[in-house]
Amino acid sequence: MSAQSYGLIATFDTAAGLYQAAQQVRDAGFKHWDCITPFPVHGLDKAMGVKRSIVPRFSLAGGITGFITGMSLIWWTGAVDYPLIVGGKPYFSPMFAFPVAYELTILFTAFATIGGMFFLNGLPKHYHAVLKHDQIVRGMDDQFFIVIESRDPRFNATNTRALLEKAGGTDIKELEA
Amino acid sequence: MAHADSAHSAPAILQEVKPAVLPRATLVENNRSFAWITEKICSIIEGKTPTWWWVCFIVACFVASFTVAGITYLVATGVGVWGHANPVNWAWDIVNFVFWIGIGHAGTLISAILCLLRQKWRTSINRAAEAMTIFAVVCAAIFPVFHVGRVWYAWYLFPIPNSNVIWQNFRSPLEWDVFAVSTYGTVSVLFWYVGLIPDLAVLRDRFYAAGNKLRSFLYGLFALGWRGSNRHWSNYEMAYLILAGVSTPLVLSVHTIVSFDFAVSLLPGWHTTIFPPYFVAGAIFSGFGMVLTLMLPLRAIYKLEDLITQYHIDCMCKITLATGTIVGYAYAMEFFIAWYGANPYEGFAFINRAFGHYAWAYWIMIACNVITPQFFWFKKVRQNTAFVWILSIFVNVGMWFERFVIIVTSLARDFLPSSWGYYSPSIVEIFTFFGTFGVFSVLFLLFIRFLPIMPMAELKAVTPQADVHAGHDHH
Repeated sequence: MSAQSYGLIATFDTAAGLYQAAQQVRDAGFKHWDCITPFPVHGLDKAMGVKRSIVPRFSLAGGITGFITGMSLIWWTGAVDYPLIVGGKPYFSPMFAFPVAYELTILFTAFATIGGMFFLNGLPKHYHAVLKHDQIVRGMDDQFFIVIESRDPRFNATNTRALLEKAGGTDIKELEA
Repeated sequence: MAHADSAHSAPAILQEVKPAVLPRATLVENNRSFAWITEKICSIIEGKTPTWWWVCFIVACFVASFTVAGITYLVATGVGVWGHANPVNWAWDIVNFVFWIGIGHAGTLISAILCLLRQKWRTSINRAAEAMTIFAVVCAAIFPVFHVGRVWYAWYLFPIPNSNVIWQNFRSPLEWDVFAVSTYGTVSVLFWYVGLIPDLAVLRDRFYAAGNKLRSFLYGLFALGWRGSNRHWSNYEMAYLILAGVSTPLVLSVHTIVSFDFAVSLLPGWHTTIFPPYFVAGAIFSGFGMVLTLMLPLRAIYKLEDLITQYHIDCMCKITLATGTIVGYAYAMEFFIAWYGANPYEGFAFINRAFGHYAWAYWIMIACNVITPQFFWFKKVRQNTAFVWILSIFVNVGMWFERFVIIVTSLARDFLPSSWGYYSPSIVEIFTFFGTFGVFSVLFLLFIRFLPIMPMAELKAVTPQADVHAGHDHH
């Protein structure tokens, strides 16, 4: 290979086949590897040993920020910057501020959730070795891939290939970085 | 069993109760493969533009030009070109606004609430329903924005520092509405777009494989480098669940706040506490009417019977029936409370609705919203697609009249007979409203031409072959 190697990619024809193979790769102790699937395969996280997503932490932070933003916006504009009596109502009350604070809670949560998801996934990404795979169009359609990266300390071109073969992978190829 | 024999006086208790096995409805008929689903959805976009599409598109553009003309005339002249006059200073603009916003609600209900309730049948209709939501919000926004009169000052609705150094009145439900509707529009777009990303990646790679570099680039630009990694799916699914979780209280709050526009006022016929739940039910009712109106022709044109099955239609009809019945109950309860509350103005407002000058509108509303959905009790009706489609049109009409009845009848006959009036729309208003159906259709036609009308990834995930535990225990 002239170009640097990114790792090995193996093809699986069924979700169940991928699921079994993922368990074997996990048990072999690999850390830098991934499954490429056209849809979220139920239970695959456990088979891969992927921990529960931490996206909710971003959501919570966004929600709290949104609520505080809403309340303080209404308090500051109505009671501090330009106090104005309207309809004999108080300058500020959490009661009438609530609907706006509620909406901003949701708005900020949504942005934080999506931003957090992109951040954790490292997206948007202009280039990735997996997308150079000549069969990637099938990986978006009806096939499943396992990719083991060569930077994994346990990676060994011969043994890793043997592991993928044993796990039922076909069409095992080397990916260029 | 020896156990039961030894103590025959004790009641017979089963050692173990096995959960009943309920038959699960098939969501994708004829055992279709993953590749079939991809091909079916993508071929709609990849194929040649059908003639019917161009015909519809041109007609829709023509209809949309009525809104453009109406608005141009309004901006050039003033809000006086609408038929508003004392005492009815708020009529078709708010009627149309509430009508369109309500239609949007079914999209969010399908994508968010049914997602949380794990109603898997939502998968084949959620993408189109979410698109409907966004386009409906666009149509809705036209009315309040142009009703402000000098539309170039519409940014005063938002708390942006301005040269007058005053701020918005946050005590007003109308200001709450600004935040509710703009949040709703934004979150709906985000939710829709996040759902689209994996499918855009499919199109990116298919166009690339087919040698169409330009379209591959354009879809790739919006696919953001999605590669179907399971580590990504893990975060993605969590994010999607949270978005569903926040969209649920959002959709309920939006129509609640819309109803506050009326309920917080002191006008008889508006000043009622039943409005929030009643408006939300009505919104979902009208939205499902619109989903049926849109999806049934799509299903027939693109031969999507395997993906939008009879089970899907049954489910949608039943939700329409349930929400329509809630709306009917709310109509009855309004009358009861008007009588029970012993307020003569309130009582008069409701008697006047049913038997006054606008009685024709009231009885159209009752016929369309209370009687129409009752047909959905019958399986024979739900299986007759053409009939379901006609009924869905009646639902749309009825819900427009509901808003008209609530808003106009209450304003036209308020406290003092000296200030009573009768409202009729001007031709400009009629044009503007008529045109919004064109605006909506133009957007929807562009959507079905250029974007996948069903979420392929989600559809694949509900097929039997996606289950990695097939034939085994679920652990």
